[in-house]
Amino acid sequence: MSYDPTAAGTTADAATTEGPPTLPTDRRTGCPFDPPTGLTAPSDEPLRRMRCADGHIGWLVTGHAAARAVLSDPRFSSRYELLHPPIPMPGLPEQLPPAPVGDIIGLDAPEHTRYRRLLTGKFTVRRMRRLTERVQHFTAECLDAMEQAGPTADLVAAFAQPVPALMICELLGVPYADRERFQSQVAALFDQTAEVEAKGDAYTALSHYLNELVLAKRAEPTDDLLSDLTTSDLTDEELAGIGGLLLAAGLDTTANMLGLGTFALLSNPDQLDALRADPALAGQTVEELLRYLSVADPIPRAALEDVEVEGRLIRTGETVTVSVQAANRDPRRFPDPDRLDLHRGATGHLAFGHGAHQCLGQQLARVEMTVAFPALFARFPTLRLAVPPQEVPLRDRSNIYGVISLPVTWDKE
Amino acid sequence: MSDTPQPLLLSVDRGRCAGAGMCALTAPEVFDQDDEEGLVVLLRPAPAPEHRAAARTAVGLCPAGAITLDPGEASGRLRTES
Ligand code: HEM
Ligand code: SF4
Repeated sequence: MSYDPTAAGTTADAATTEGPPTLPTDRRTGCPFDPPTGLTAPSDEPLRRMRCADGHIGWLVTGHAAARAVLSDPRFSSRYELLHPPIPMPGLPEQLPPAPVGDIIGLDAPEHTRYRRLLTGKFTVRRMRRLTERVQHFTAECLDAMEQAGPTADLVAAFAQPVPALMICELLGVPYADRERFQSQVAALFDQTAEVEAKGDAYTALSHYLNELVLAKRAEPTDDLLSDLTTSDLTDEELAGIGGLLLAAGLDTTANMLGLGTFALLSNPDQLDALRADPALAGQTVEELLRYLSVADPIPRAALEDVEVEGRLIRTGETVTVSVQAANRDPRRFPDPDRLDLHRGATGHLAFGHGAHQCLGQQLARVEMTVAFPALFARFPTLRLAVPPQEVPLRDRSNIYGVISLPVTWDKE
Repeated sequence: MSDTPQPLLLSVDRGRCAGAGMCALTAPEVFDQDDEEGLVVLLRPAPAPEHRAAARTAVGLCPAGAITLDPGEASGRLRTES
């Protein structure tokens, strides 16, 4: 009928199967920073039909205004058990179970509100800015180690991963003696090349560790978020779950922004020069990289009732897959959207989501990136890729996009 | 002055606030967050001209629709503003 498979940039695979196309994920052609082919918004179609991994016919939202409308509307649920996963999730059952204890991303109000209220006070702009010095300290430590081992490094292992990992340790109050073990388990959990089994082991070890950590903080509170939360009415199980959530949501995201962001800046030397010339541009650089890269994508929701969005009727039960990376390239909101332009004023991007679930850790992520990028480029003025750009391995099959490794080199003084 | 942003009167709904801090980040002279729950605190309901543009941006950025502009009131308020 009105549905035209060629208009939505379908893959060959999707075109041969009944119904609308699946979520475009193919980045093999073209720029590693651009959304997959066919994902961006056709200017006249901010939302269109989409087939989920299990065959469910839902919606794909690519327009900026439509994405804001869906994400801020409580008639769209975040509960995992109501969602049809937009892409296949290896190792997970087709029908998702409800959110495990502490995972507030998969909850709706009022349960979500209860947890969120307990947490937001710990993540205010003011509190996160107070952590600036700690971020500077860890950043300098990583850069020192990199410099000593240089003049080559894998920027992901040497810098992009440890900086956010150490900040999560700081938040949770992981004792120094445990940090190395903690970090290696975390690295195993997020290793894109690891077998499912090795990941399972790392997951078990980390859960076990978080349980122990909660008991230790109850017995002997220290100056950190987990200890603070022991005075609330949260159970040990809830506290450990929240610890796991902060790890899951705060580490891979920030690490990939640092890794892919460095790659993007090195690939846009005029923009990098602008940042080097004016370190005060760091804040704007971070916002524009968030918009341009939108590493956490897509964000799914399920309609709890019939809702009209930009003239289309979404029916009760349908899954709406919001692509913030497409929305952040909507030319009606960001002119010339495929250009990395540090001066554009990228605020209003949806890289942290929108609505009641908008990223809880965004002010920490901002502080981390605002410190880390300028420090990296100040320490290594000649930093460059050590391999041709097309050889940088990309995380194609993950719901957090980024680089698997980033081989870099620099001139020794 | 032709480039002075229009006067405005703001109100906030802490019941809706998601504590994301976009307001305090964007217009720190106008909005803050309390230390307990991280919810919005309106420091200046009728911001001075130099803070109005940032305040308007914050209204647009708030993910929870917790900040509202009341331009009708604002013109009345302007007369009492010193
Ligand atoms: C640049 C880095 C980051 C990006 C791109 C990012 C992105 C996001 C997005 C898109 C959401 C919304 C998910 C949804 O609506 O379903 C979210 C939620 C969340 N993020 Fe982040 N995040 C980042 C860093 C962090 C950090 C550093 C932390 C914590 C230390 C964190 C903790 C959380 C939590 C707890 C939630 C769930 C909030 C809720 O459901 O109410 N994030 N993040
Ligand atoms: S921007 Fe909105 S949701 Fe966030 S703290 Fe301010 S009022 Fe609350």
